[in-house]
Amino acid sequence: MRTRVAAILVVSVVVLGLVLSPGCKKSPTGTAPEAAAAEPIKVGAILAVTGPASFLGAPEKKTLEMFVEQINQAGGASGHKIELLIKDSGAKPENAISMAKQLIDEEKVLAIIGPSTSGETMAIKNICEEGKTILLSCAAAETIVNPVANQVFKTPQKDSDAARRIFEVMKDAGITKIGVITSNAGFGIAGGQQLQKLAPEYGVTIAISETYDKQETDLTGVLTKLKGAEVEAVVNWSIVPAQSLVAKNMRQIALDVPLFQSHGFGNIKYVEAGGEAANGTIFPCGRLLVADVLPDGHPQKKVLVKYKNDYESRYKEDASTFGGHAYDALLILTEAIKKAGSVEPEQVREAIENLQGVVGTGGVFNFSAQDHNGLDKDAFEVLTVKDGKFVVYEP
Amino acid sequence: MNLSQIVQYGLAGITVGSIYAITAIGFNIIYATTGVINFAQGEFLIVGAMTAISLSRIAPLPVAILGAVLITTVLGGLIEIVFIRPVKHASVLRLIVITIGLSILIREAMLHVWDEKVRSLPYFTGTPVSTVTILGAHISPQILWVLGVSAVIVVALTLFFRFTRTGRAMRACSDDRMAARLCGINDRWMVTLSFMLSAGIGAFAGCVISPVTQTQYDMGAPLAIKGFTVAIVGGLGNSMGAVAAGLFLGLLEALVMSQFATAYKDVVAIVVLLLILIFRPSGLFTRSDVSALRTV
Repeated sequence: MRTRVAAILVVSVVVLGLVLSPGCKKSPTGTAPEAAAAEPIKVGAILAVTGPASFLGAPEKKTLEMFVEQINQAGGASGHKIELLIKDSGAKPENAISMAKQLIDEEKVLAIIGPSTSGETMAIKNICEEGKTILLSCAAAETIVNPVANQVFKTPQKDSDAARRIFEVMKDAGITKIGVITSNAGFGIAGGQQLQKLAPEYGVTIAISETYDKQETDLTGVLTKLKGAEVEAVVNWSIVPAQSLVAKNMRQIALDVPLFQSHGFGNIKYVEAGGEAANGTIFPCGRLLVADVLPDGHPQKKVLVKYKNDYESRYKEDASTFGGHAYDALLILTEAIKKAGSVEPEQVREAIENLQGVVGTGGVFNFSAQDHNGLDKDAFEVLTVKDGKFVVYEP
Repeated sequence: MNLSQIVQYGLAGITVGSIYAITAIGFNIIYATTGVINFAQGEFLIVGAMTAISLSRIAPLPVAILGAVLITTVLGGLIEIVFIRPVKHASVLRLIVITIGLSILIREAMLHVWDEKVRSLPYFTGTPVSTVTILGAHISPQILWVLGVSAVIVVALTLFFRFTRTGRAMRACSDDRMAARLCGINDRWMVTLSFMLSAGIGAFAGCVISPVTQTQYDMGAPLAIKGFTVAIVGGLGNSMGAVAAGLFLGLLEALVMSQFATAYKDVVAIVVLLLILIFRPSGLFTRSDVSALRTV
């Protein structure tokens, strides 16, 4: 009996420690005297740092930590230091919901950056709306900002624009009959719908459309089905490691047609995991991956090269467009605070809607009350893989 | 559907089936000795593959795999000594719950040792784009490796359990632990040995499938679920049955996929599992009287 009581005590102490530890963390000490006067702003972030979408959440977390440090060293946003509270949702919508409630009700944050995935974002959209807290999502699905919700913004490019860029390439190449495979996660489902909707506009027929589980370890079966349908190209829309599996499995069953993927492919890790099979994959993507080869006059060149170099020298790994989405989210928030000259939530929110020409990693943002994404299809560049590297696609 | 297409579906079935089969084999060893289903088996696969990937940077592939198998074997032994052996009045159910906890523990530890990124070992022969052509259909040479390695493991295990003193001692522990102890068998070490063996085989399996499935820290659980299904369908404790059941389930999934939407294939796997559990709990390939003997 006594040992049991002792065990319960030990467990309670450990649990208490875990709960309290973030609160005990030393707040960043200000160096600039004028910054000490202005109150720090609390910004929450709900990111899938671990779990199946960790390739999104992990670079997003690293990016935010780096960027917040840079902002605070430079004196903060309009003199306000930023206090960043990062929560790891593990890509589970139910976690995202409780974290969003906690950030809004207990921490009273000005804004939430994230979540990393579309499913999680849709799950907390209403919570932020009711809690009158700005949400800057790093997820791609168009349904996040269409229909527009007052408090909800997103930084990644629209998936309908990604689909349009893919269809443009197909039209030029004379491809008219395609097979579509999507993962059964939020991003894959939303992308599949956009492809279905836009295909007729470009004279493309979707001969076969299949869904696979997001944790699939082999896709030869579903690709065999596509091969049987004699498609002229394959479009895969997913954010899971299946992206490199598709490339490998297609070659292994000798399905020798062009492979198109979504902007979810923008991580060199997938190319490495796909090896030789990844060569020739065509996909629309933000310009971060080709920052070095952009012409000097390109408006995004400076921002992209700086972010890429900062990230890569600090973390010793390749920058991905996903980290860039978090960068853009924080950039938009700080720009809005500067523009509003205030940290009142409603004024900051209105300031975001009026932001024009903010150059981020994903493109040049022009927000309005109707457009909470601010990007158009020119934010995408069509890329391909050549000898294991990303290059601009040339037909 | 023409012949080459039918063969292609068959090969697709064999591809997934071989992955299920090689995962399932590991479940059987610990079960055959202790009656416990080790839910951390999937994690052994990933630990093995991850270690091999790290080692392959400094050593040639065969050495890296051998090293990974040895390290994981030792890890399996340590886990048994630290977490399983001290449990007093160990009921099978309690041990199973412990293995579920272990799987979470190992998974989180892997996240810290490595990270969240997807990796894979290089193909043993050829590259990701090479194929073997059979009757106008194509299959990756790595799948032939998976099948070959499964066969070698099954034969080796059968010989080990039938003809070596240690193997027989392990089987004796499973049948009646008290009687085995009375005969002078050190039953505690037999259990440790079964964890080591199953971890080592898991690691080897993880290395062989890594080029095909790729390796990520949290992939153990989905692999283990299919492996577990296959182990039950084949009859728990029966390695040969596991391989047959793995290929059977893979082919069945391919058949479903060829006729219906891909999304239905997992439904089939679960339905098969339920049917087996209801009508033939001893598995397709194990005689029911044999399995009844085991539980006495």
